[in-house]
Amino acid sequence: MNMKNRDIISIRDMTKEDIEYILKKSEEMEKNMKKNKNLLNGYVLSTLFFEPSTRTRLSFESAMNKLGGRVISVAQPKASSVAKGETLADTVKTVEQYSDVIVMRHPNEGAARLAADVVDIPIINAGDGANQHPTQTLLDLYTINKECGKIDGLSIAMMGDLKYGRTVHSLATALAYYNVKLIFITPEELKMPSEIKKYLKNKGIPYREISGIDEIGKADVLYVTRIQKERFPDPADYEKVKGIYKILPETLDILGNAKIMHPLPRVDEISPEIDKSKNAIYFRQARNGIPVRMTLLSLVLGEME
Amino acid sequence: MKKELKVSAIKNGTVIDHIRPGKALEVVRLLNLENYEDSVTVAMSVRSSLHKTKDIVKIENRELSEDEVNEIALIAPESTINIIKDYEVVEKRKIELPDVIKGILTCMNPNCISRKEGSSKFIVEKREPVVLRCYYCERLMEEGEILKRLRI
Ligand SMILES: [Zn+2]
Repeated sequence: MNMKNRDIISIRDMTKEDIEYILKKSEEMEKNMKKNKNLLNGYVLSTLFFEPSTRTRLSFESAMNKLGGRVISVAQPKASSVAKGETLADTVKTVEQYSDVIVMRHPNEGAARLAADVVDIPIINAGDGANQHPTQTLLDLYTINKECGKIDGLSIAMMGDLKYGRTVHSLATALAYYNVKLIFITPEELKMPSEIKKYLKNKGIPYREISGIDEIGKADVLYVTRIQKERFPDPADYEKVKGIYKILPETLDILGNAKIMHPLPRVDEISPEIDKSKNAIYFRQARNGIPVRMTLLSLVLGEME
Repeated sequence: MKKELKVSAIKNGTVIDHIRPGKALEVVRLLNLENYEDSVTVAMSVRSSLHKTKDIVKIENRELSEDEVNEIALIAPESTINIIKDYEVVEKRKIELPDVIKGILTCMNPNCISRKEGSSKFIVEKREPVVLRCYYCERLMEEGEILKRLRI
């Protein structure tokens, strides 16, 4: 599959074949890290983060470095021309002159799409507001596949803020390509949006909505997200639910062998005591971002097919 | 070509026919015809066949722009447009909702990049009833929200 010059903007643009191909290539990449250390020699990646996300930026920079490429970045877009009223279109058209590929994060939904429409080099979306963060979704799928040996046939639970959580929306959408069962564990106020549930129904993906982890039943994966206080109009409602959606050592009895994932950073929704358990895979999940992003960079730059 | 019905025939202008029942006043508001200086005829619940009724709007001395036609397509997609010259129908076409709608309405998401720069663009996700998806922020916009954003 030739993905040279493809923009990676939204998981909604990707077919199942695209996803499977990227996962397969990422697996190969992970096995051949050393062999590929000069693959992107001579290429320059610009990271353009209009809002900070240290982890995601470092992950991309590390991926580019491991392939022998160079990275330049706008340290503080707020202090640069962006703050002086330059349009996003002009900023990316200028940065295009210095680079071969752009990774960008922006607080406005649709920013990466707009950027991709005005430049010729590939754009990788590292988050556009509450909308998409496709490389996160790909590394999540990669992690599930790697840790469980497959995706088809799994029961995957998602817990926490499923209403506003961009990560879980994209993940649920992508999982609809597979033969999975989904379980949504949320307080009443933070249920999975009906648009996504409608989509799952159309795709024939069974899902269950429950309000507590004790009803989880058999699950292979538990994907945890943070519940933010600001999402509750009444602080009392937040106080009521905040304890229920935490993973504590005693929760492990309910979880059995379920692998615990989290997009990180966590606040207090997973107790640090869990980190040493065999269930905890969230730090390995973060590491998986490297081979997946190395693969995407190599594919869109046309150095891998 | 067929003669217009004598009763309310217009000499020159546009007849929007086969508007789904109940939508004529929305079309009138959409085209800002309340303050139109020439004559506007609105017919509601006219029998069009044995079991069907329709609304009709006739506007003297006015032609519709492409944007206006697309706006009508959003609220009454099965309508037809007849251009009248000297009592004759010189052009007749069915209004069709295009696959992509540009510029005529703003995205409902205040945080969408299209509200900050460039212009709006929507992909028609569903036609009956109309559901649009913002090309940029990917939010869905359903009929009620579309009407609100068309300011009618
Ligand atoms: Zn939008």
